[in-house]
Amino acid sequence: MPDTAVSRRALLCGSAVGLAGLAHAPSAQSAPMRATAPRTPPVLSGEDITLTIGHGAIRIDGRPARAVTINGGVPGPTLRLRQGQSLRLTVVNDLDEESSIHWHGLLLPFHMDGVPGVSFPGIPPRGRFTYEFPITQTGTYWYHSHSGLQELMGAYGAIVIDPAVPLADSAPDQVPDQVLVLSDHSFTHPARILRNLKVEPGYYNHQPQTFADLIAGRGQTQAQRLEWAAMRMDPTDISDVTGVVLRYLVNGHGVGDNCTVLATPGVPTRLRLVNAGGMTFFNVRIPGVELRVVAADGQDVVPVSVDELQITPGETYDVIVTLPDDAPRTIVAEAMDRSGLARATLAPRPGMAAPVPALRERPLLTMKDMGMDHGASGHSMAGMTMRDGSAAPQVKMGPGVEMIAPMPADRTGDPGLGLEHVGHRVLTYRQLRSPTPIPDARAPTREVEVHLTGAMDRYMWSMDGQTMQQAHEALPMRTGERLRVTLINDTMMAHPIHLHGHIFDLVTGHGVHAPRKHTVNVLPGGKVSFDVTAEPGDWAFHCHLFLHMAMGMMRIVKVRPA
Amino acid sequence: MKTTSSLAAMIVALALPGIAHAQDHSQHQAAAPAVTPATPVTPVPAPRMGGTDADPGSAPPPAPIHDRAADAHWGAAAMAPAEHAMMSAHSAPVYSAVHVDMAEYRFGRGGDGFAVEGEGWVGDLNRLTLATRIEGEASGAVEHAEIRAAYARAITPWWNVLAGVRQDVGPVPNRTHAMLGLSGMAPYRFEVLAALFLSDKGQLTARAEASYDQRITRRLILQPRVEVNLSAQDMPDQHTGAGLTGIEAGLRLGYEISRKLVPYVGMHWNWATGATADYARAEGQAVASRAVVVGLRGWF
Repeated sequence: MPDTAVSRRALLCGSAVGLAGLAHAPSAQSAPMRATAPRTPPVLSGEDITLTIGHGAIRIDGRPARAVTINGGVPGPTLRLRQGQSLRLTVVNDLDEESSIHWHGLLLPFHMDGVPGVSFPGIPPRGRFTYEFPITQTGTYWYHSHSGLQELMGAYGAIVIDPAVPLADSAPDQVPDQVLVLSDHSFTHPARILRNLKVEPGYYNHQPQTFADLIAGRGQTQAQRLEWAAMRMDPTDISDVTGVVLRYLVNGHGVGDNCTVLATPGVPTRLRLVNAGGMTFFNVRIPGVELRVVAADGQDVVPVSVDELQITPGETYDVIVTLPDDAPRTIVAEAMDRSGLARATLAPRPGMAAPVPALRERPLLTMKDMGMDHGASGHSMAGMTMRDGSAAPQVKMGPGVEMIAPMPADRTGDPGLGLEHVGHRVLTYRQLRSPTPIPDARAPTREVEVHLTGAMDRYMWSMDGQTMQQAHEALPMRTGERLRVTLINDTMMAHPIHLHGHIFDLVTGHGVHAPRKHTVNVLPGGKVSFDVTAEPGDWAFHCHLFLHMAMGMMRIVKVRPA
Repeated sequence: MKTTSSLAAMIVALALPGIAHAQDHSQHQAAAPAVTPATPVTPVPAPRMGGTDADPGSAPPPAPIHDRAADAHWGAAAMAPAEHAMMSAHSAPVYSAVHVDMAEYRFGRGGDGFAVEGEGWVGDLNRLTLATRIEGEASGAVEHAEIRAAYARAITPWWNVLAGVRQDVGPVPNRTHAMLGLSGMAPYRFEVLAALFLSDKGQLTARAEASYDQRITRRLILQPRVEVNLSAQDMPDQHTGAGLTGIEAGLRLGYEISRKLVPYVGMHWNWATGATADYARAEGQAVASRAVVVGLRGWF
């Protein structure tokens, strides 16, 4: 674990500390504003922006790592845009392979969405492509390569869109802001990581249950262990790719780099959290500082104050934090399986550090994660089978489907794996409410169920029992139709599911004040519904754990006029 | 033939619990959520009915759509290969690995020996596998050597069927066998391999192996292993009788330097049984043997 000594140098987490409504450069030039510290993402604004994807090397805590960079950095530049502007984005591909940039969470014409083979042909090696679309929304979003495993190697960056009408200086949301891109990076090539997982799916799980644990009374009882072993399930299988091989980053900085977010004591700061981690769920907290959640996936929510939140790959959260006094506080982004953490410091001055909390004990999966929780009813599970295909007729049973959750539950009131008993307030989806009515309050005319399926022992991931490549069948929708999509997780892992080009409304009991998102985490053995109004075109729909998507947990949504 | 069918039944019985395993549970973990409710800082908007609270209707889904919307913008000539590339990426992934399951020196009472077992494979759900097993004396004299080549096909998340050939290359008659087998992970996470062999002389034999990795600590792994060999007929030229011909057992304690490299020490036991034991006795050979083993396993 990193020590908690005062950092040796003053590394700022980013250069974009400004007033949210005023942060625009006065001129609409695309030249990057000079960063005040090395390797912080520069900020690009204006109507004409060029991004260059290339090979590069970054240093994580001083150690070099191969990377796919954007404009030479990881993350790439932060795009600071304004609602109502138009945008011409030229992406230059300096790689020797095809590339692309997808604008994650942006509402735009489908053919500008940036998924090769779906929305456009892709950007050929040494080629370039110009995206052109209007900016219609506000909030925190991000962009990333949608080609190969480039995202896992660093091809991502943040997007911040300010309101068309600048907020008055006195507006409560008018506070300095700071983008924090959370991510993971490996010194090992992701293709090698994938191969290790294919040969030995538990390769990176270095926190198994042991006989020594049993003797010491840690973890499951012998009876529980036998029960899980009988099902060939591993309760410690929290994450496929862990801190064994990943380094966890804040704005590209490692734990030892200790980048600093400057804040004035007593003055609120908006942290714009983006989880660009290819394979990592982060549990974010700042010990001693409350997180006031004001936006999720770029959409305003009625503020909720919590002490911790889990941000899944693909999601963004805006939280307002206030440094209570002149002492620094540690911003902790702990990997869900507790195999490592990313760290930054919220401090009044550069060069300060606060203690970094020790990693907490890795959680264990429970029967709830198999879709077998009976709540308080407590009746017997006798006769229940874990692989009854008749419970999900649309799922093609085969070697790639190890489980059909017998009783999938709505788990939107749960805080995320391992955060049930941490002793403080943790955000749940059900606490999120939209402050304004959702734009389309029609009742859905139909419901589509999608099962998230997989076989951990073969490292296979799919939807409805088939990979996208096997199924070759799109999800059809009618332009403008309002439908409900219900995601059922038949695996023991959480899957953050992202629908391109749409902001959907989570069905969590809040009627027309449903929270609006573009990425939703489906807990193991759980189910989540969202209502969505179909936008014309072809859109990608997939798990945002990049290796799961690469393995086929993806579909194309095709929307055509009725 | 009666022996043959009962032998096959034995093999299936060994492996089948894993295939047709229905789980029942009489207890489950208590997982009472204890989330402290968060306090909204500003007043919550008054709830309005409708929106996401409404139940979905039962409108039929639209017909399947197969055209590409992007053709209208970028042309079919550009989109067709791009779509093909996306749809064929990982569609028939080919991975490969070489596993060394055992490479050990055996310190035995009746003399030292060695054993090597391993398998290489290429593919994913459908694999070509090449496996070998060699046992010999420390002098270098080979007692048994075989090479197996098989096609393996995944049939469930845990089981594969194997079909192929086995070639014996040891000192005893060098038979060629057709092989039919089942490999995978049984409930309770036992690694299992069960195979039937039909030789070019029409002799039917079978082998079943099972092992289990018990982690004592994160890196210390205790691996019990058992193997039974069966024969449907008396084979005097191979000094093998009908029925259960032999049992091998092992207990190995490994230290996982990495997932790919596990040196170990342990014990290995070998018993000839039934008529096979009679052959051994008649030749004045030991019916049972045991050895202290030191070796390596891993994969690359």
